[in-house]
Amino acid sequence: MSWMSPSDIGFGTRSTLGGWGYGAGMFWRLLCSVGRTFKRFGLVRDQIHFLGNYSLAIIIVSGLFVGFVLGLQSYYALQRYGSSEALGLLVALSLVRELGPVVTGLLYTGRAGTALTAEIGIMKRDEVLSYMEMTAIDPVQRILAPRFWAGVIAMPILAAVFSAVGIMGGYIVGVLMIGVDSGAFWSQMQSGTDVWRDVGNGIVKSMVFGLAVNFIALLQGYEALPTPEGVSRATTRTVVVASLTVLGLDFILTALMFSI
Amino acid sequence: MQRSKNDIWVGLFVLIGAAAVLFLALKAANLLSFNFDSTYKVVAKFDNIGGIKPNAAIKSAGVLVGRVESIALDPETFQANVNLAMQSKFAFPKDSSLKILTSGLLGEQYIGIVPGGDDKNLAAGDVIKTTQSAVVLEDLISQFLFSKAADGGNKADANGVKK
Repeated sequence: MSWMSPSDIGFGTRSTLGGWGYGAGMFWRLLCSVGRTFKRFGLVRDQIHFLGNYSLAIIIVSGLFVGFVLGLQSYYALQRYGSSEALGLLVALSLVRELGPVVTGLLYTGRAGTALTAEIGIMKRDEVLSYMEMTAIDPVQRILAPRFWAGVIAMPILAAVFSAVGIMGGYIVGVLMIGVDSGAFWSQMQSGTDVWRDVGNGIVKSMVFGLAVNFIALLQGYEALPTPEGVSRATTRTVVVASLTVLGLDFILTALMFSI
Repeated sequence: MQRSKNDIWVGLFVLIGAAAVLFLALKAANLLSFNFDSTYKVVAKFDNIGGIKPNAAIKSAGVLVGRVESIALDPETFQANVNLAMQSKFAFPKDSSLKILTSGLLGEQYIGIVPGGDDKNLAAGDVIKTTQSAVVLEDLISQFLFSKAADGGNKADANGVKK
């Protein structure tokens, strides 16, 4: 049996392209749903409450500890060159540009993305989605779109909170515990961090990650096999695909934004 | 649209996000340091600007009095034309001179302005030509080596001994 016959290649190409096209079409439908979704903002609000508020605890605690560790490690490296005053700048730039959006994206995938996939997958298994279609309710509009937009709104907020708390963590370790001069900590940070170039680009990054992670989580749930095993596999795939997408997109966005 | 108890929590969530962005913009990036004071533009000609970049500080006696707006190369004289935005509340005599200084050993470079003695003050569009270029380390070292070599040669002559 030749498993690489031309017809297999053709079928593989066609089904891969079909999958990509289906995904792109779904992404476009979700993007176009923005107007009708925000007319029923109550649905979005409840999802922001679930996806955003409940993620706040893990984001704040992780941000604080990432800030602590950044403060300790950067101080160790910087004091060799006698420039421990640059601690604030290093902590702020690493958090605002990279760690804030990326770590938030990864944590959000684990905390909220999996919940989305499992929820949609089980809805599909319980035939809630088919029932909606039969009663002429569009499940993409009624179920997926509010979750998608709620996640897209929540993500930049979470990333900003992560960066801000992380800077506070760096301040606690650097200034309060190690004893770096407080004035130098802030003034170095302020002279080296630009509002648009650094903070603004970080927020743009987190918005892009929000679009990507929420879309992947919802699509995996929507396309899950309607069995317990299928839902569990879809949840696993969400974590793997969304995490890799965040890291890959981060590289591309960094290359686009911060290349000179 | 009916209200629900989630409203307050979502509202708080959004407020926390806004506070975080505000903290990043004001405390980390110091948005307030943009000054909206009126400025007057002066052009300075330098032989070598070293590491000066747009938005670099102009200081007099260590006090910020303006910022570099843009830098261009004069294609005829091959000098650097540096456009300076001086704050209007500080006036300097027309014959003030500029030099490029470095804050600390490894710090960033800035332009120092030394006031002259002229009665008239600098006005918008004036050109400052009395400038002192940035110190280029390679030039400094080669000057030092040449002067050492010259010293050695002179001493040998004085003693009448040939090397």
